[in-house]
Order: sequence, then C-alpha cells, then structure tokens
Amino acid sequence: MSDPKIEGLELKPGFKGMASDTASDQTMFKGVHWGKAMMWIFLLSDTFVFSCFLISYMKGRGSTPVEWPNPSEVFALDAFGVPVPLLLIAIMTFVLITSSGTMALAVKYGYEKNRKMCGWLIMATAIGGLTFVGMQAFEWSKLIHEGVRPWENPFGAAQFGSFFFMITGFHGTHVSIGVIFLFIYAYKVLAGHYENGGKKGWFTTMRGDYVEIEILGLYWHFVDLVWVFIFAFFYLW
Amino acid sequence: MSDELDNNKSYEAQSSEVMGGSSGVNPDIDYVRPAEIPDQELYHGHSFITKWVFCQDAKVIGVQYFLTAVFTGIVGLILSWLMRLQLGFPGLAGFMTAEHYYQFVTMHGMIMVVYFLTALFLGGFGNYLIPLMVGARDMVFPYVNMISFWMFFVAVAVLMASFFVPGGPTGAGWTLYPPQTILEGTPGAGMGILLMLISLSLFVIGFTMGGLNYLITVLQARTRGMTLMRMPLTVWGIFTATVLAMLAFPALLVSAIMMTLDKVLQTSFFMPTILKAGEVLEYGGGSPILFQHLFWFFGHPEVYIVALPAFGIVSDLISVHSRKNIFGYRMMVWAIVGIGALSFFVWAHHMYVSGMNPWFGFFFATTTLIIAVPTAMKVYNWILTLWRGNIRINTVMLWCLGFIVTFVNGGITGIFLGNVSVDVPLSDTYFVIAHFHMVMGIAPLMVIMGAVYHWFPLVAGKMLDEGLGKWHFWITFLGAYSIYFPMHYLGFIGVPRRYFEMYDSPYMTSAVGMNEFISLAAFIVGAAQFILIYNIIKTLKTGKKAGKNPWKANSLEWYTSTVPPEHGNFGDRLPVVHRWPYDFSVPGAKEDFIAQTTPPSEVIHTKVEKT
Repeated sequence: MSDPKIEGLELKPGFKGMASDTASDQTMFKGVHWGKAMMWIFLLSDTFVFSCFLISYMKGRGSTPVEWPNPSEVFALDAFGVPVPLLLIAIMTFVLITSSGTMALAVKYGYEKNRKMCGWLIMATAIGGLTFVGMQAFEWSKLIHEGVRPWENPFGAAQFGSFFFMITGFHGTHVSIGVIFLFIYAYKVLAGHYENGGKKGWFTTMRGDYVEIEILGLYWHFVDLVWVFIFAFFYLW
Repeated sequence: MSDELDNNKSYEAQSSEVMGGSSGVNPDIDYVRPAEIPDQELYHGHSFITKWVFCQDAKVIGVQYFLTAVFTGIVGLILSWLMRLQLGFPGLAGFMTAEHYYQFVTMHGMIMVVYFLTALFLGGFGNYLIPLMVGARDMVFPYVNMISFWMFFVAVAVLMASFFVPGGPTGAGWTLYPPQTILEGTPGAGMGILLMLISLSLFVIGFTMGGLNYLITVLQARTRGMTLMRMPLTVWGIFTATVLAMLAFPALLVSAIMMTLDKVLQTSFFMPTILKAGEVLEYGGGSPILFQHLFWFFGHPEVYIVALPAFGIVSDLISVHSRKNIFGYRMMVWAIVGIGALSFFVWAHHMYVSGMNPWFGFFFATTTLIIAVPTAMKVYNWILTLWRGNIRINTVMLWCLGFIVTFVNGGITGIFLGNVSVDVPLSDTYFVIAHFHMVMGIAPLMVIMGAVYHWFPLVAGKMLDEGLGKWHFWITFLGAYSIYFPMHYLGFIGVPRRYFEMYDSPYMTSAVGMNEFISLAAFIVGAAQFILIYNIIKTLKTGKKAGKNPWKANSLEWYTSTVPPEHGNFGDRLPVVHRWPYDFSVPGAKEDFIAQTTPPSEVIHTKVEKT
C-alpha cells in the first residue's frame, strides 16, 4: 500500500496490523480484480460440491453389503494382448495435467500482452481438455459395453457404477464447460478483444482485460485438481 | 526523510479535496485514503424491457426478488390455511384427502423456508440494500445479478408447475427423506418430486450467481472510508448469511442430484433393500441416513441464512428508532460471524431419532448449546441498546420488540430440543412445530415487516400509514402467540406432527378445542397480512411524501442523490465515509444523529466515538 505516513494511520506490526489492513476501507484484497475474487469464492463453493460427492462416495462404498469391484481389473486396458492396469487413466491424467501447464503459460503471455502466444496456448489447453473428454467418453463406452450401468454392474456392488458415472460425469461436465470457454477465449484473445484498452462485452460495460485469462486459468487448474482427487479415490483406492 | 515530506504534500492535497475547504480546522483529521478503483461504469436500460424486466439495476432486481418471494409466501400462507382447516375442523373441507394434506404440508414448508424467507432476505433486501449501504453504484456484476433473479423466477415457476402435474406436488414432507419420497404410495412420487428436485437445483444455481455478487460487492466495492467495522450490521448479517449459503447449498445440490438419479435411473444412493407387499424392489445397498446428513448439512445453516440477516436488520432498526448507538457493535459482528461458523457443526441435532450412533448425538448437543452463547449475547445487546434510549414507539419499533420477545421464546424451546434426552420424547410432536415457527418463522417475519415499514419510504418515496401498521402488528403479534403457545402444550401431551387427522385418540380430548382455537387464530393472522398489502396500495396512491431521510438515520442508503435512488445511487460523486452508522444522540452534537458522511472536523466539539 502506498499510504502516506500519517500519525495514527501507520500499520501496526503483527496480527493487529494484519487485522486492520484486512478490515480497511474499500477492498479486503488490495488490487485484486473483482472477477478474480469472484472466481476464488465460486471455486470454494464448488469445492464443497465435490467434497459432498466424494464423501457420499466414501459413505456409499462403506455401507454397501456387496463387495466393491477391484479397480485395477475394471479399469485395465488391453495393450498388445496384455491387460495393463490404469493405462488409459494414466494417459488421461497426463494430458489434463499438461493442459494445466499450457494454461499457466497462456496466463504468463497474456500479462506480457503477447497476443499470439497467449491465444495459441489457450487453444492448446482447449485441445488437451477436448482430448481428455474424448478419452473419458471412450472409457465410459468401454465400461457400458462390459455391462456396467448406473444401477448395476457385473463386477460387484451396484453403487460402483452409480458413483462412477455420477462423479466422473459431473467432473466431465466441468471440463466440457471449461473447453467451451477456452475456445471462446482463444478466439477473443486472437481477435484482439483485449488489446488497446479492451473491447466492451455484450450487454455490459465491462472492458476486456488479460486478467480474464487468469480467471479462466483458475477454473481450469481447479478442474485439474479435482481430477487428482477423483483419480485417487476411484482408481487407486 | 524527503520521501515522507513528499508523501505529506500529496496527502494534504488529498485531504483538502475531501474537505471541500472548511477553514479554521486542521484538515488532517478528515483524511480518507484515495479511491483504489475507478468508478463503475453502468449499463443503463433504455426500453421498458431493459429498465424493468431484464434490468441490471440491483434495486430493481431486489424489488423483483421481493415481489416473487412474496407471491410464493402468499401461496404458502394459503396452504397453511388449508392445513389448519383440516386440523381444526376435520372433514369440513370435503375435497381434502390425506394425500392433499401431506402435499400441502410439504409445499408449505419448502416454499416458506427456501423460496420465501431465503429469497426475500438475501435476494430482496440483499440486492436492494448492500450497494446502497456500502456506498457502491451497483452490484459488481450487474448482468450476472439479473440472470440470478431470472433463474430464481424459473425455479419458482417449476415449483408452482408441480401443483398441476399428474399426481400433484410431492407430499414427502419438506425434508424429502428417502426412501419414501420417491416410492410409489407417497403423494407426488412421480412428476411432483422430480419437479421439486429440479426447482431446488435451479434455485441453488441462481442463488450462487447472486451470492457471488453480494460477497464481492461487500469485500471489494465499498466506498472510500467504509471499513469493515463501519458497515451497518444489516450488511454484516446478509454477508455472513451469504457465506453460509455458498457453503451449505452445495450439499442440497448434491443430494438433489443423487435423489434425481435414484428416481430416474434406479440407482441406490439413498435406497436400502426394500420389501414391498412381499416383493423385493430393485433398490438395494444405499444409505438413507446419508441423505439426512447431506440434507441437514444444508438445512441447519439454512436456519441461520434466514436468521442472520434478520439479526442484522433488527439491530439497525432498533438503533435508529431508539436513537442510541448499537450496544457492543464489535461483539455483535463477532457474534454474527461466530454463529455462522458454528452453524456448520450442529446439523445432526435434527437427527437424534434417525438411528445414528447415540454418542454422535451428545457431540451435537454440545455444539448446539454453545451456539446459545453468541445468540444470547445478541439478545442482551438489543435490550441494552433500548435501555435508556429515546425510544419511538412506532410501527417499526413495535415489530422489533415483537421480534426480540418471539426470538427469545423460540430460542428457549430450542434449548429443550437441543438436548438428546429431552428431544427424544418431544421429536415429531407439535412442540417442534411451535419451536421452529417461533424462532425461524414468526421472528424473522417480524423483522421483515419492520424492515418493510422502515425502508418503504426509501423504495417508494412515501410513508406507510402508521395506524394501519399498528393494527397489522397487534393482530399478527397476538395472533401468532395464540397459534403457537397452545402448540407447545399439544406437543407435551404427545400430539404427533404431520398427522392428517387424530380421530378419537385418547389424548385428544383437551386438544380438540385447542386445535379449533389455533385454526381460527391462524385464519385471522393470515388475513391480517393483507392489511399490509392494502396499506401499500393505499400509500402508493395517496400517501404523504417521505422526503429525504424521514427516520433521521445515519447509514448511506438515506443519503442518495434522489429519493427513491436512481440507477447509480449517489449522483456524480460517491459518498466518503468517516464513521460508523450508529452515532445517535452524541453529547454536544447539534442534532441527535451524525451521518456517516459527516467529516470529523464538523463534529470536533462533540463526544463522538472514534470508529
């Protein structure tokens, strides 16, 4: 803060100073864009959504009397005639985490006002996300082909199918929404909506700013982080 | 050293800009930090549609929320009349079957808690008051705010549509406990429950959009000088309630999704193995208790989502109308925050008889009783605010006093029900009905009424009729006690709730007359609410102009450029805040109130508190 030093207005050291700074006028998070603060709070709320899903999954898995299927058998993929456990899922996870990397680079180039690099890196992120959704569709169809349904499955407890399709489906919806927005923002960046002070949005007076790329990035990293938990709970447990 | 000198120069330039050049006083004391963010550009509507229908002005959205919520509230009121008709005079209404009764109970509960009270406090008062009270031009994302209202509108439309589908609305009780909720035999187990779950999901999505707006507006868009500890308690209440909603509604959304799948795809998240008429159903292996945990993880914070805005609003009303600063402002703020935090650790006190581990119950009884501490602090502070105040006994104050009494009443019965050993015999009796209607029905409703009489002059620019207001209050107050006091007794003699008819159960001898009395009181209280609607229509036509700041209050919403405030709220320049909104009856001041915008140099000879 560039506050002038006035008697009685200096920040006290330690906790007191932190408290008075937090409670000080106008903004709690100094210099933070409204949209960025909003995204953080939305993600906190979304964390609770996924937590509720995963806790329900733990409870459901714990309370069903039928045996839970063995994930390394159910999720195995035949490669060259040998069943390899977790092959597809390893590739999916790798692709998704890589897309987080390209997203982070896109944010960096955005702040450097490098329009082309930023735009194409967002495009790469979107393609990574699309690949992930495609592989998930493949895995779903494979499981459905083997007889797994939301209400039953041939490997054991019916809740396996229910929770698997529901939670990966909910996560997949998040990824798909992210992919749609990534394509939109890739177009917006490449078309120069954020150059020269920014273009006004539709039906609003807010001007475009490269901070929007960071906000989109926050969402994308969150979706990846959630995947890590889903991966751990479904494939490694 | 030279650095400091430079800083001092720029600072002096700042303060004289703030002061507008009052002479003779040291301008340093009026210093307020310069603006951190540029002024918000607003999208002004041009046509009827963009000005009044798809409007991005938070004030219009607030009124839209208010009116839609009141519409659902009237539907809920009519349903309660029908229920009381059946309970007081069984068989009088020929069309009323047991199925209808359960459907009315369910819809009354869900409408009143979610679509009426939550939407009214957060959507209605939140939208209207937050930007005005923190000195913002509008909510930070006006477009998202508009979508939020229309999501709510669609959610209400879907909910109301469930009255007209085959089988009617769901009759599973507002808690929607599985497995019976989605099994055949429960009224509305087909389309009814499905529409209810869809409507709830839409409500959560719509609310999330609104809630993000309220939070960011409070956190990041306050005006110069508006520190967190200078915000009116109304804003603190609505803000904390919104935080609770953002963290509690996810549990409702998840349970709604899972139950929808149980219903549509025959999954068994909540469904155990069920024998029905000797046949095993397709379901098996699920956990009904899981639903109860998820539901009450939402459901208990929900109580405080309704109560905290009421706490905040009533604090402001009491302070203004007793011309005294609120007693223990910081304590009030921390009590609101503390109650909000604690409300996430008490949910299973709704489940003492659900069959969960009894030791769990003792943990939750303890946390529940701890909540009584900050709550009691608030009640003491309201009373100490009134103590030796210059109390104006007008309609607003009457509603506030009614609130305090009713809230204490409902709170004390809450302590009964919070203890496992007392709760077990009382659970699912009329004692529970009496408790929660007092504490989260009537008490917040009294605050709403007080708030309507208090802020109507701002919203419409005209004063509501005091005489009609007092009639409205006294009938409602005495009537509400006539309804709910006897219910405590009904609960003690063991009358179970949600029963369609008691027939000739032995303990109903003394209860029959009492039920008739309660029903008559309920009809009268319900009808009395139309006095307010009549009052509003009459005032809009012939009421006297309110002018600026009729209550002589301090907070920013009364210092707008016009009354009612136009889009943008404050004209060319945003107000600059120098103090909290509770400087009433300050010794030495010219008048008995000092506006938040009054700079310290103008009140230098008074004993004003430093805030």
